[in-house]
Amino acid sequence: MDIQVKPMYKTVIIALLLIGSIAMCIPFVWMILASFKPESEVVALTPKFWPQQATIENYVRLFTEMRFATYLWNTLVIVFFSFIGLFLNAAAGYAFAKFEFPGRNVLYYLVLGTMMIPSQVTMIPVYLLLNQMNLTNTMAGIVLPGMVNAFGIFLFRQFMTTIPADLIEAARLDGASELRTFFQLVIPIAKPIFAVQGILTFIGGWNSFLWPLIIANDENLYTLSVGLSLLKGQYGGDFAIQMAGASFMVVPIVILFIFMQRHIIEGYTISGMK
Amino acid sequence: MQNALQKLNKYKYPYLFIAPTLIILFLFSFIPIFIAIFISFTNMNLSGLADFSNIKFNGFDNFVRLFSDATFQKSMFNTLIFVVIGVPSVVIISMAIAILINQGTSWIFKSFRVIYYMPSITNIVAVAVIWGYLYNSQYGLINQMLGFIGIDPVSWLQDPVIAKFSLIIMAVWKAIGLNMIIFLAALQGIPRTYYEAAQIDGASRWAQLTKITVPLLSFATFFVSITTLIGWIQFFEEPLVMTKGGPINSTMSMALFIYNTGFQRNNFGYAAAGSIVLFAIIILVTMIQFKVRKKDSDVEY
Repeated sequence: MDIQVKPMYKTVIIALLLIGSIAMCIPFVWMILASFKPESEVVALTPKFWPQQATIENYVRLFTEMRFATYLWNTLVIVFFSFIGLFLNAAAGYAFAKFEFPGRNVLYYLVLGTMMIPSQVTMIPVYLLLNQMNLTNTMAGIVLPGMVNAFGIFLFRQFMTTIPADLIEAARLDGASELRTFFQLVIPIAKPIFAVQGILTFIGGWNSFLWPLIIANDENLYTLSVGLSLLKGQYGGDFAIQMAGASFMVVPIVILFIFMQRHIIEGYTISGMK
Repeated sequence: MQNALQKLNKYKYPYLFIAPTLIILFLFSFIPIFIAIFISFTNMNLSGLADFSNIKFNGFDNFVRLFSDATFQKSMFNTLIFVVIGVPSVVIISMAIAILINQGTSWIFKSFRVIYYMPSITNIVAVAVIWGYLYNSQYGLINQMLGFIGIDPVSWLQDPVIAKFSLIIMAVWKAIGLNMIIFLAALQGIPRTYYEAAQIDGASRWAQLTKITVPLLSFATFFVSITTLIGWIQFFEEPLVMTKGGPINSTMSMALFIYNTGFQRNNFGYAAAGSIVLFAIIILVTMIQFKVRKKDSDVEY
């Protein structure tokens, strides 16, 4: 929608937004530049904008002095399981959208109700539960509690109610099993919502911090963000390696986001905030 | 019995589809609430975890103790400051940016959309690490730039009063993007005809903004305010990674108090009581917001 805007206004608006976006970007730009600077330049009292003697030493140290390869692997494992969770959300959303069964509405409202519960309330009991199940300090304990979420189920249900019932009926008449209908008909139709949810799931899994921090005592199970907070503690004054660690976490997500941003931003419009 | 089995078989597939999510949600969302309420009345700690017979029921003791606990009082006060400054800042800034970005459709406006959203998708620990460097009183970029225009260095994270604001600035920076997108989606729903009619009547741009745009955004504003408010009441990860609640508890939020009590000092019962208080505050504040919200127009986006 383009409301007629006078060129003069437009110039002022662009100038304002430009100043704001510099403020938004500076932390990232400074992080990336500092990650390539040797320690002496990072703590220089009059810092230069560009690295004078660019180095990748800081990144190497992440893998030699810290165990970022392990953290990266663990993070990717979490991402993988959160994708399984994504399919479970989709299956539930599909059932709530397209099947009649006793208890459907009650169960759906209960699912939505879980969105109201603050994580601080469930944090301690979930820890105690997992401890009872002998799952503390395991990958299962890290992955399970956050695997499905009410908001995901809600978005899938919203989208799947728009799939024509006739189409599903036709597949059933052709003798397709319910599982086959779901995998070969419903999922392909729901591609747009899978795209949005897929990206958000990836970002969520990649960024997961609090729960791994609580459940994992063993460094073999640390994620990138837990490793980065450890790094912040151990190398408090060494900003060069900290910036390399932060860049290692942030840059992949930013690149993914720039390629996929259209889907994410439109996703909010598809899902209809109302 | 047989009837029930028949019924179960008839609805086998939908139940099969929802079962995994429901089991996980109930196990890790619903049941924990009841456990939290239960243990908030006990002295559950590490010894209780090792052997359940060590758990003693102590009625409202935890709650009574909480309200005379100086650290908890401090955390409630800090949380109030975070909410009172953080919520309006996020709502006003993200609405203003959305309105500005909505004035154009060219590539430059699309790029602005991406740039402002970017901090929202980044990891909180990375953000805290980066801002920790920016805020560093000796080498930090912010103090360097202030020095450039002749302002003395500020101790962003060491001064008890300033540290609160440093955290708020960082959290607002991170929160703008997501809320801006919600406002943008709402703005795109407002029909152009309203503006055309106003322009024919000779309304100024300012009048169009205050008489049409802002009132019509009331649903989005309500949605953003309520989610932002709930978010700031639970303000947590920023102080956890950045300041650990210091200096002298000046950035200790209620949520961080709960985390520390539970997982640093293994005082599960006491921490659970704190979490119940936090939950009650969230429910209360949300209810008040719904009550206060009066619909003054039939159309809103």
